[in-house]
Amino acid sequence: MKFPSFLKAPRGDLKKQLVGFSIAFPALVCLTAFLAIPCLGLVLISFAQRGEFGEIQWVLSFENYKRLIGFSLYGWSPDFLLIMLRSLREAFFTTLACILLSYPLAFFIAGRKTAFGRLVWLILLNVPFCTNIVIRTYAWQLILSPNTPLALLCSFLGITSPGSALYPGTAAVYLGMITTFLPFTALPLYAAVERMNWHLVLAAKDLYASRFKIFFEAIFPQTVHGLFAGIIITFVPAMAMYVVTDILGGAKYMLIGNLIQLQFSQSRDWPFGATLSLALMVLTLLSFALFRTTRLTKDSSLY
Amino acid sequence: MPRPNFLFTCVAYFCMALLYVPSLAVVVFSFNNSRYGLSWRGFTFSWYEKLFSNELILEATRNSLIVACISTVVATVLGTMLALGLHRVTFPKSLNWLFKLFINLPIVVPDIIMAVALTMAFGFFRTFSSVFDMGFFTLILSHVTFQISFVTLVVRSRLATMDDDIELAASDLNATAYYRFRHLTLPLLAPSIIAGAMLAFTLSLDDFIISFFTHGPDSVTLPIFIYASLKRGITPEIHALSTMMLTVTVLLVILAERLSRLVTKKSEAKVEKEREKLGLPPKAKEGRGAGDAGPGGVITG
Repeated sequence: MKFPSFLKAPRGDLKKQLVGFSIAFPALVCLTAFLAIPCLGLVLISFAQRGEFGEIQWVLSFENYKRLIGFSLYGWSPDFLLIMLRSLREAFFTTLACILLSYPLAFFIAGRKTAFGRLVWLILLNVPFCTNIVIRTYAWQLILSPNTPLALLCSFLGITSPGSALYPGTAAVYLGMITTFLPFTALPLYAAVERMNWHLVLAAKDLYASRFKIFFEAIFPQTVHGLFAGIIITFVPAMAMYVVTDILGGAKYMLIGNLIQLQFSQSRDWPFGATLSLALMVLTLLSFALFRTTRLTKDSSLY
Repeated sequence: MPRPNFLFTCVAYFCMALLYVPSLAVVVFSFNNSRYGLSWRGFTFSWYEKLFSNELILEATRNSLIVACISTVVATVLGTMLALGLHRVTFPKSLNWLFKLFINLPIVVPDIIMAVALTMAFGFFRTFSSVFDMGFFTLILSHVTFQISFVTLVVRSRLATMDDDIELAASDLNATAYYRFRHLTLPLLAPSIIAGAMLAFTLSLDDFIISFFTHGPDSVTLPIFIYASLKRGITPEIHALSTMMLTVTVLLVILAERLSRLVTKKSEAKVEKEREKLGLPPKAKEGRGAGDAGPGGVITG
């Protein structure tokens, strides 16, 4: 039963607005003071300089931005740009692998016959989602150390020399990344797959559509929302990752996250750290914008 | 839903292997009777005994729990208030996206940028008061800041689907604002508030990156302790500790699942009673049934 709209209090009622704001006030203060303003403050600090003892010197300079694109005292080198590029590549391949694994996984879970079966599989996906990332990553360290069955298999196949560990290295980093982010991609995708209308797929089958066509015409458009949600919450944190690379990648494996962390620990160079954070922020916003527009165009072409 | 084929089944089990084999290895080696190396030397509980006599680990556990409990309570209250407040406020359309971004900042922004922002904020406030020296206070404050958004997100999604007719009926019958809140809004929101609190609690227990930036020497939490131990070299004690944490995570996930069902049922019953009192017709449930039947129901139907 719905009341006619004239019975409802007008939404723009000033008193109601004020009450609303005062209820929300404490949380808004917290978010503003500790997050929104500091995020804007990053811009200010990125124009400052590191003092001799790691303090912030308030002199306006573009030094940090020059450094970011590779100009330093010793001439031009693309190191920082390469690190950013590597972060993007890392995030891209991690997301891709997660998608490739998530589709079959989501369909498998949706295909369980009983509600209980689905629940168990969902809990199985949820547990790693809630497990601490440090524990999950060092668990890989354990599996990949020398003389474990996996390491023995690899040396037997001639991939590695006998007695050596499988980490640190690129493969180890990817393993860590994929297992960290698999639930991030799979859970939203499953939510979409569960709500799918299978009549479309059946109709496509009846009309002898190829498997390829069934996927792209009947399944993909229905799951694209979940997929993009999954991609966003995988790609963005994967780009900023530093725990996995730190533990499984060794000292020379740098992503932008590691670089930022370095500026705030050993180097004590807050201004350059702020500049790097801004760069990461720009990449984040760009990926959001990208997926937003793609989603809209996809939707309009669908119906 | 057609039955999954052999390939899909293989991929699903492969995923589970990827997710669980490393953790299971940690569990197995926490019972291994050898300090170094990875060869199996027999079963022992001694690492668990050592765990409970290790002052540092006990302290880290205590710190983790204190931070998680306090920050969850504060963030749940603030987050719920934020959601309720926002429900009453309408924004001009052009500013809406900006405000939405602002509320969801901790969800949108990568952890490490948030950690950097918080570090800088505390660094700035420290020039005014030593309260902001890195320690318990800053750690709890930073956890609250990121938890608020998640609680608000969960509560707001419930508020958005709630219809106003029951509230309007109650206010027509001169129910006070307190009565409406206590007997209508709160029971209706209870499942989402509890879900938000559970989420906030898990996020706080789990958080490493933000804690790593904003903790002080007196407030080392478990993830930070494990990370520091990794740099010194892993001991079986760490395996035992991780096993305990894994167990707690599994229990928390299952508990959250059970609790959310229970509270949802209870709150529905309570609201149904209020509706009866107000003379409103019982709420039709067709929306939920279709979702619960799952994809199988559509095909066979």
